[in-house]
Amino acid sequence: MSIVTVQLGQCGNQIGFEVFDALLRDSHSSQGLCSKRENEAYQTSCKERFFSEEENGVPIARAVLVDMEPKVINQTLSKAAQSGQWKYGKHACFCQKQGSGNNWAYGYSVHGPRHEESIMNLIQKEVEKCDSFSGFFIIMSMAGGTGSGLGAFVTQNLQDQYPNSLKMNQIIWPYGTGEVWTYTICKNLFFFFTGDLMEHLVAHPEFKMLSVRNIPHMSENSLAYSTFTWAGLLKHLRQMLISNAKMEEGIDWQVRPPLSGLPPLGKMSLSKDLHFNTSIANLVILRGKDVQSADVEGFKDPALYTSWLEPVNAFNVWKTQRAFSKYEKSAVLVSNSQFLVKPLDMIVKKAWNMFASKAYIHQYTKFGIEEEDFLDSFTLLEQVIASYCNL
Amino acid sequence: MTQSVVVQVGQCGNQIGCCFWDLALREHAAVNQKGIYDEAISSFFRNAILIDMEEGVVNEILQGPLRDVFDTNQLITDISGSGNNWAVGHKVFGSLYQDQILEKLRKSAEQCDCLQCFFIIHSMGGGTGSGLGTFLLKMLEDEFPEVYRFVTSIYPSDEDDVITSPYNSILAMKELNEHADCVLPIDNQSLFDIISKIDLMVNSGKLGTTVKPKSLVTSSSGALKKCHKKPFDAMNNIVANLLLNLTSSARFEGSLNMDLSEISMNLVPFPRLHYLVASLTPLYTLADVSIPPRRLDQMFSDAFSKDHQLLRADPKHSLYLACALMVRGNVQISDLRRNIERLKPSLQFVSWNQEGWKTSLCSIPPVGHSHSLLALANNTCVKPTFMELKERYMRLYKKKAHLHHYLQVEGMEESCFTEAVSSLSALIQEYNQLDATKNMPVQDLPRLSIAV
Repeated sequence: MSIVTVQLGQCGNQIGFEVFDALLRDSHSSQGLCSKRENEAYQTSCKERFFSEEENGVPIARAVLVDMEPKVINQTLSKAAQSGQWKYGKHACFCQKQGSGNNWAYGYSVHGPRHEESIMNLIQKEVEKCDSFSGFFIIMSMAGGTGSGLGAFVTQNLQDQYPNSLKMNQIIWPYGTGEVWTYTICKNLFFFFTGDLMEHLVAHPEFKMLSVRNIPHMSENSLAYSTFTWAGLLKHLRQMLISNAKMEEGIDWQVRPPLSGLPPLGKMSLSKDLHFNTSIANLVILRGKDVQSADVEGFKDPALYTSWLEPVNAFNVWKTQRAFSKYEKSAVLVSNSQFLVKPLDMIVKKAWNMFASKAYIHQYTKFGIEEEDFLDSFTLLEQVIASYCNL
Repeated sequence: MTQSVVVQVGQCGNQIGCCFWDLALREHAAVNQKGIYDEAISSFFRNAILIDMEEGVVNEILQGPLRDVFDTNQLITDISGSGNNWAVGHKVFGSLYQDQILEKLRKSAEQCDCLQCFFIIHSMGGGTGSGLGTFLLKMLEDEFPEVYRFVTSIYPSDEDDVITSPYNSILAMKELNEHADCVLPIDNQSLFDIISKIDLMVNSGKLGTTVKPKSLVTSSSGALKKCHKKPFDAMNNIVANLLLNLTSSARFEGSLNMDLSEISMNLVPFPRLHYLVASLTPLYTLADVSIPPRRLDQMFSDAFSKDHQLLRADPKHSLYLACALMVRGNVQISDLRRNIERLKPSLQFVSWNQEGWKTSLCSIPPVGHSHSLLALANNTCVKPTFMELKERYMRLYKKKAHLHHYLQVEGMEESCFTEAVSSLSALIQEYNQLDATKNMPVQDLPRLSIAV
């Protein structure tokens, strides 16, 4: 059940490094309250998924690093090597000299076709190393040229060449959301590529935007002085879901689910602040002490969901005693809901204003991206926004 | 690392070019103690090409301390000069030296690992820089379509010593409109005003502060060549500093790098509106070593004042299409963001680019400074310069003064003039249209509506 990670562009490579580093540190951290045998099984399985073994025992990340300029990749490679705990494969990088100039069209139409063969070969080599390959994890940002444009090209290629394997794109949006992504990503990766659960989370092809929230958010120094209860954590997590909160701080406790039987108060309006976040499906992952006692009934409330899926399918929970890193208890929520509609809408609005004024278009048309391509993208995104709004 | 090729054309272009090389070597010498001509600078400035149709300036260079930096393979010269006539520079010398120039350009390009950009330095008012310099542009576009063309153009001031400078400038403008990726227009008057201001500050002995000797943007003291006290020395140094700062991100490490291609991508929303007004701050550093935030903030404020622009222009009262801030030295991203937020309310950006800021941070400051800022503004404040140029042109052209000097050159016709003027008028019109949107309330344009 191995996963191959593709790190694209500056952002993708910097984050990719953090992910592998955190994964390995988590794997080496204290075994929490699970038995030695359970812990060993966890460590082996974690390593197998994301790393391959070398003769001298240093794990090698199952990753391909791609960037159109050399600086960040060089930094990433040396940071990994310096850790002494793991490293990237010697020949696992593809790099050029010039960058993509912040231009999606350049990344997609120029770099893509030009370097298609080399990049896909590298990925293939990595896939062949896996005894049992389960899918791809692609990390890229949306705002630049390489991660965004070349990332899109590579994702398309992966879809064509490996149609039956799962692909998860971790995308970084143009403005920060203040979350600690890496810990969240790590916690999830371990479980993600189990076919059934993906089917339920992504029940409909038009609705595949997943957002991730994790708690608690604490600096490592304060962890030693805090204790949590499952009840407390889950209550916060549920309210984060309902009120669309990005972080534990500033949760709006006034938002409530609609009374059962009645439809939500009006359709979701993008301008109203106080609105209820409807979900299609949710997955909660719990790790740590006494996890079996954690009560997740609050997430099974049908009022939280649309009526498409049976409640038993709309909500899933995974539990393991094995704690994550230094957190005695931690919870992650993977949600297919209206979480991302507002940010997406903001971006589309800004982009549309620019497009309608014909600003910067020539920078894209000179590399083969035409106005129709822009319109197609806008249409698709407006559809996604409209669909999620009407849940 | 990417490379650039610097092409200096004509008297002005070569004089500025030399100041630039001089400063660049000084900068790298300060950073790299081992040797003057280190890897970073040699890879960046691998191939300079010096073109002049009279020998005076280039000869002086070859006899001066920079003679080891250039070799004869990099020169193209003639004897008689272009007589301040764009037509001679463009049509006569263009066709005469086309093959030679092309060959040298190709050689330079081959020696580059990854050629990203051509920098052309010239003036608009003369014959060689203006005519031959712009002839080059079309050639570069045809031969090296993927390489960016950045042009530093010195525009004539009102009291220019060349009578036909309006003709030369207008004819050159058409070429810049059509074949340049980015133009940095600079005028002598602004440079002169800046120097006067510096002299005033330095000599006034205000508040008992002293100016650090090496920090003057105008000084060449301690440089390889002797301090000549030539009339344009100080002014050329300012332009040289501009180019130095522009390329700093490509030459040194930084936490937020900006590639030259990113400048073009982010600052040029419409192909013809590629004129960027530059401002450099600070112009000198006072002797106190610590930088209180107030001084740092002052640097940002100054970048937007009309006294610091290298063109007579007032960006604060016109409309921004986009703005780039290239910071050097010990400045944090938070300082950058804070100042942008602080200055935003007093600046007007076009409605669809309210957040049109592009920023970069290079950790190495210029020699003698602890930090510096280069601002590039794509702003409608360039319009008056173009309008005045057109007016001066019309005054000459109406009387057909000096026209015969141009028309007697083979390949020149009156249509060259009329086309050049319409090109300029169309450009001015584009700026007018944008200005018309200036004080209108920001409205979101109606979006696509989807049938659900």
